Amino acid sequence: MFLHGYFPAILEGLRSTLLISATSLSIACLFGLIGAGAKLSGSRLAGLAADAYTTLIRGLPELVLLLLIFYGGQIMVNALADRAGLGYFDINPFLAGTLTLGFIFGAYLTETFRGAILAIPRGQMEAGKAYGMTRGQILRRIILPQMVRHAIPGFTNNWLVMIKATALLSIIGLDDMVHRANLASAATRAPFTFYATIAGLYLAVTTISILLLGWLERRFSLGVRKVEF
Amino acid sequence: MSTMIAGAPVEKLRADGLRKSFGTVEVLKGVSLAANSGDVIAMIGSSGSGKSTVLRCLNLLEKPNAGRIIVSGEELRLVPDRHGELDAQDAQQLQRMRARLAMVFQQFNLWGHMTALENVIEAPIRVLGLSRADAVARAERYLARVGVIHRKDAYPSHMSGGEQQRVAIARALAMEPEVMLFDEPTSALDPELVGEVLRVMRSLAEEGRTMLVVTHEMGFAREVASRVIFLHRGVIEEEGPPGEILSNPRSERLQNFLANSLK
Repeated sequence: MFLHGYFPAILEGLRSTLLISATSLSIACLFGLIGAGAKLSGSRLAGLAADAYTTLIRGLPELVLLLLIFYGGQIMVNALADRAGLGYFDINPFLAGTLTLGFIFGAYLTETFRGAILAIPRGQMEAGKAYGMTRGQILRRIILPQMVRHAIPGFTNNWLVMIKATALLSIIGLDDMVHRANLASAATRAPFTFYATIAGLYLAVTTISILLLGWLERRFSLGVRKVEF
Repeated sequence: MSTMIAGAPVEKLRADGLRKSFGTVEVLKGVSLAANSGDVIAMIGSSGSGKSTVLRCLNLLEKPNAGRIIVSGEELRLVPDRHGELDAQDAQQLQRMRARLAMVFQQFNLWGHMTALENVIEAPIRVLGLSRADAVARAERYLARVGVIHRKDAYPSHMSGGEQQRVAIARALAMEPEVMLFDEPTSALDPELVGEVLRVMRSLAEEGRTMLVVTHEMGFAREVASRVIFLHRGVIEEEGPPGEILSNPRSERLQNFLANSLK
């Protein structure tokens, strides 16, 4: 039988890995946009907070941060709950894991997005102002569409690293592809088979990502480079 | 459509006592000017004289430290911010007034992700509230007017500087503004491309459009402008019809400036 009958279970793990990645990415984008906005806001306080965020997070290993936030968060939440006279809370590993990964990669995306916004010539925003556009219109119509183009290469890198970092979440008990492969290889004593299988699946996901994001980059480079579809 | 009014001139734009400092350097020391409908005012002066700053204060791209700005009789309500610079009290009023003072920039500043046509319809749709069909019809008319209709689907990076600047002029025209502000519109162009842009500007002047032009082109100032303002170190040193100002400069500074500028 193919993969000792564990193939559906591994595929289920892949689904979980993709869901974790997509959720973490959305959270990371949110943190990234807020961070980039804070750094470019001109406000001293917001800038300092964002600097502290990116310096701290980018300076620590993901695994250490993950364990720190997951277990530390668990202890903190329960200490607070205890004080409030509430019962014991079990933190949902999916929520904790995706929030932590999103928070970590948000720091990297902050820098990606900040650079992407700075790459847009200032004069284009001035032209928007001079023609009576509102701040919201300038953001939506001028900055964001061009920021995407500048951000895609850095964004692709972060996405790839992050997909792979989701493997760390199996440590805090998330039922992802790595976790499934661990169980299956323990049960069948065929670790190479299962780790090679998930390696192939990771590679498939990252390759498809690279192709898709490459296409997206060409799509958003209209007007910058000649492109053929 | 430009409003061409015969008879009594109507005041389109007035600025009173504009002052502006960058840090401790005062670059405008009380500049006042007025443009009536159909006026073509050329603002000349050496670099650093503050002429671009005057233009940029008029639509609040730079916040002046003091002064009043009146567009077609409506005064822009200004309040000092915490840096002592004047900011618009009412953002909507500022947006409305900016839309009536379309600006053409030295670096064109076309939006890079939009085609020529998209550049021209953007503000009429978003700011003036035109329907897409009306905006496109208007844009095509003005792109044809400045001679770049054949490039309407091109992106800015695929156009020459002269074409980009003419698209930028079409973008300004599509707002059907009260006054057009030109900030050194030919300074970033290769010499052989300057002529095509100046020809368009000359024809706009002949249509009776109200224009305020910061320029180094003395030929344009002499032949097209109805009035010339010479700015020196943040004050208007001399002002009058080009024939008088450029042929018989009274101040020594203007004499020197004219002697040093070619043509």
